[in-house]
Amino acid sequence: MSVTLPIYLDNNATTRTDPRVVDAIIPFFSNVYGNSASKSHPFGWAAEEAVDKARAQVASLIGADPREIVFTSGATESNNLAIKGIAEMYAEKGDHIITVVTEHKAVLDTCKHLESTGKSVTYLEVDDNGLICLDELKAAITDKTILISVMAANNEIGVLQPIAEIGAICKERGIIFHTDATQIVGKIPFDVEALGIDLASFTAHKMYGPKGIGALYVRRRSPRVRLSAQIDGGGHERGFRSGTLNVTGIVGFGEAAALCQAEMASDAARLQVLRDAMEARLLQEIPECQVNGSREHRLPGLLNISFGFVEGESLLMGLCDVALSSGSACTSASLEPSYVLKALGVGDELAHSSLRFGLGRFTQPEEVEWVTEKVIAEVARLREMSPLWELHLEGVDLSTVQWQPH
Amino acid sequence: MPYSDKVLDHYNNPRNVGSFDKSDTTVGTGIVGAPECGDVMKLQLKINADGVIEDAKFKTFGCGSAIASSSLATELVKGKTLEEALQLQNTDIVEELALPPVKIHCSVLAEDAIKAAIADYRQKNGITA
Ligand SMILES: Cc1ncc(COP(=O)(O)O)c(C=O)c1O
Ligand code: FES
Repeated sequence: MSVTLPIYLDNNATTRTDPRVVDAIIPFFSNVYGNSASKSHPFGWAAEEAVDKARAQVASLIGADPREIVFTSGATESNNLAIKGIAEMYAEKGDHIITVVTEHKAVLDTCKHLESTGKSVTYLEVDDNGLICLDELKAAITDKTILISVMAANNEIGVLQPIAEIGAICKERGIIFHTDATQIVGKIPFDVEALGIDLASFTAHKMYGPKGIGALYVRRRSPRVRLSAQIDGGGHERGFRSGTLNVTGIVGFGEAAALCQAEMASDAARLQVLRDAMEARLLQEIPECQVNGSREHRLPGLLNISFGFVEGESLLMGLCDVALSSGSACTSASLEPSYVLKALGVGDELAHSSLRFGLGRFTQPEEVEWVTEKVIAEVARLREMSPLWELHLEGVDLSTVQWQPH
Repeated sequence: MPYSDKVLDHYNNPRNVGSFDKSDTTVGTGIVGAPECGDVMKLQLKINADGVIEDAKFKTFGCGSAIASSSLATELVKGKTLEEALQLQNTDIVEELALPPVKIHCSVLAEDAIKAAIADYRQKNGITA
């Protein structure tokens, strides 16, 4: 079994651009380099044609009409445009927004910003599986509620919220429904009609496309959703988002979307098998470890797991040949444990020693096996060195010990 | 964060991992830190009749620098008298392992563990320093 190190298992942070996508983009740097807004010459027409094709490819992936796709710089911008755009446009109708504590910062910080401008925001809690409760959602709705924003799949734990049910509630109550669909689009079926979605944010770089290009789906019919633009200028993208279009990025996004649509079923099935095998082996070989988030309602390629009695940073050090994310933000120089895991009720210690494995299209079975064996060996080695593990084996309940914090 | 070669060496090949019997009167045990802080260090010293540290063992729950600091501490104290061991400073460890500023507290923990182990030994044997 030979693998090339380091191994990339951080596909929920970003993905490798598919070589077929790269091939599709290249001509648009030096041959077809026109501005798609130039209506007076063939350079512009060719660029516009390419953008139209890509828009249709992206729309098709989510069951939308091409005229419902607004290209942005990525999901962060899409989330900002959706939430701020609705808050401004529907200010006369109401000032209340409902979202969830486990959302991505691009949603949470946008909502925080709106709170500072006088809007009111309800942050729904989640259960220990990471799922919201629909009754709590219904109870949070007031006659001032203009927007509900709930992510489709969580980036840390992969948990899938009941989007279709939320869509139905929003429709019934006449509230606009936005979803951060960044982690789900291209991975498993996601259809804006079937799910009753009004606005959806997503980005190319999580689905084997390039970075710096994303989209916001904006419903045109029943209801027609209106938005205040957040970037003013030449009135591109039907006035929703000004700025010369990122033609190379858009072409790559389109190609990535077409590939995902064609290969989604086989990719998802393959990743699910690999992930499930990894999960089963880790659970079997390592006592005192736990999977974080619902195992039933979850993306196929993601595994978030915590190991008791080992410290996260030392575990990552032992896994230095593997690119992955940890639930302690040690890596970002703060000792704060992940707010997502905290919201699930995972204690600080287990949050610190959690790892997120993100498998992707280019992940090989041998790589997953190599990493699995390495994790088993490192956890065992570190526990051998851990005074907490020793106490645990002696039957001591650590919460009863008198520690000496320093 | 890049680790120094010395930290990596101690992390990959820790010296003197293990435990002595806590109730043995020739053994001093120091446990410092707390799980919530992300670091707990246990250092044990085995002391002979002449008051010399004959052997030392550690177990550490903590980052790589904490593991390296305690591993080095066991090496540094061996063969020393209790008085000499008490002279060891965290800065000796910082220097030897080339610890960056954010990791200095890992070395402080090791110094504290040595002191705690010696205090435990003295208390057990009714010695007032
Ligand atoms: C759920 C979620 N939303 C938003 C983003 C931000 O996407 P982008 O990097 O395209 O701005 C990410 C990725 O980091 C994400 O995982
Ligand atoms: S023990 Fe806390 S960072 Fe090293």
